[in-house]
Amino acid sequence: MTLLAVERVSSFYGDFQALFDVSISVDEGETIAIIGANGAGKSTLLRLIAGLLPTRGGEIRYDGQVVNRLPTHERVREGISLVPEGRRVFPSLSVDENLMIGAYRRRSGRWDLASVRALFPILADRGRRSAAVLSGGEQQALAIGRALMANPRLLLLDEVSLGLAPIVIAQLYAALPRIREGGTSVLLVEQNIDQALSAADRAYCLLEGRISLSGRPAGLSRAEVTRAYFGF
Amino acid sequence: MEWLNAIVQGLLLGGLYAMLATGLSLVFGVMRLVNLAHGDLGLLAAFVALVIVGTTGIGPFASLLIVVPLMMGLGYVLQRVILNRTMEGGVLSSVLVTFGLAVVLQNGLLTIFTADSRGLDVGSLETASLQITDRLIVGWLPLITLGTAVVILVALQLMLDRTQLGRALRAASDDGEAARIVGIDNRHLFGLAMAIALGTVAIGGVFLGIRTTFAPADGPALLIFAYEAVIIGGLGSLWGTLVGGIILGVSQTVGGQINPAYQILAGHLVFLAILLLRPEGLFPRPGVRQA
Repeated sequence: MTLLAVERVSSFYGDFQALFDVSISVDEGETIAIIGANGAGKSTLLRLIAGLLPTRGGEIRYDGQVVNRLPTHERVREGISLVPEGRRVFPSLSVDENLMIGAYRRRSGRWDLASVRALFPILADRGRRSAAVLSGGEQQALAIGRALMANPRLLLLDEVSLGLAPIVIAQLYAALPRIREGGTSVLLVEQNIDQALSAADRAYCLLEGRISLSGRPAGLSRAEVTRAYFGF
Repeated sequence: MEWLNAIVQGLLLGGLYAMLATGLSLVFGVMRLVNLAHGDLGLLAAFVALVIVGTTGIGPFASLLIVVPLMMGLGYVLQRVILNRTMEGGVLSSVLVTFGLAVVLQNGLLTIFTADSRGLDVGSLETASLQITDRLIVGWLPLITLGTAVVILVALQLMLDRTQLGRALRAASDDGEAARIVGIDNRHLFGLAMAIALGTVAIGGVFLGIRTTFAPADGPALLIFAYEAVIIGGLGSLWGTLVGGIILGVSQTVGGQINPAYQILAGHLVFLAILLLRPEGLFPRPGVRQA
């Protein structure tokens, strides 16, 4: 069943068009990767789905309903949670408080303080410390944990690996199967092609605001991906 | 002994300033809103109390049971209907709109109540005092004022530290967009913050009206005292606001002890000195973005 369908959506920053008639879909329980170079429009697409940017033209359907005009906080209530680029944890809140504020909309489900701490034990050890003093990897774990606390049906991950050491990236991606276990669909955006393709059921490549390639990772050749990614 | 007396009176006066300042600090901390009508809104509460006392015959303290909910409701509506709309335009548009609101309030109060000075009467309590030594006498009313300020600040601090609403307010203060990302409806939250702010300034306004006389043109002076208390204490710190209020109060009474004409001036000079030496205030909250 289709959980999210983005159909022929465009987006503008002032006069600059960031997305051109982009269509993607995410099925229930699926993990989808969106790859693309810097400035291809990946984050823009996630921000549109989260409701942080207005769409111009096209339609975003979630769970069968058009959500184009639904504000961000109501999309969270419906089960769309974003882990934003740059983590954006709350520095004046403790680690535990960051997690608790993630449950602001009180959606019920398998994720609570205990299960998120079990997923990322480092967060349990740091519970009372300020989120501001965490390392980059710890902050990323906290941002993911915070989003999980809302018990999303659709988890949007924006550049989880950005600026992190390979070993830390591997640790974070190791949590993905357990996130998927509960039936959560994941839409992840990455510049790191190999990381994204190995985690995903299907992938889309964005090039200058247009979908340049889509398919199952196993069916995509290296040359195809390189051409779709760089445009030459 | 006169000096000790001046310091004690200033300390108690600080409680009143802290009450007037708390809401200003909260609203600036949470939504970067510079509310230039804050003093006039406190004054409005005093006039509302005056009307309630005049029509029902209940005392000024009992009138708080009506004035505070009324002002909180007004705060919520004001934020949702007018102020939220100004916030997309940056700090300047909210400054202009609240300045306009201040003008409207001052002139509205002037039209309804004339320029006469009024007072809220609590009978013998106004002059009742506690003899501590033979030369040091403390009025019950200023003591109750400081006590009320401390109770309000403790309650607010507990709310900010322990409740989901408090966490949401701090989260929105850190990063408004990230707050929306976790599901917070900022417009509603800002309405609640303004409701709390006007609830506290209403209590401050009524206590001011009991302590001294008030007239429709007094709002800007209240705003300046409240601002000075907030800046001295450091943005985002409730206890800093109390200390700021007390420093301002003590500066004024000690200045007044030197020469009655220096009372207000002394407060401003101490404020300017602290602004020069520690522009972030005495107790800035770590991690607060300086706007």
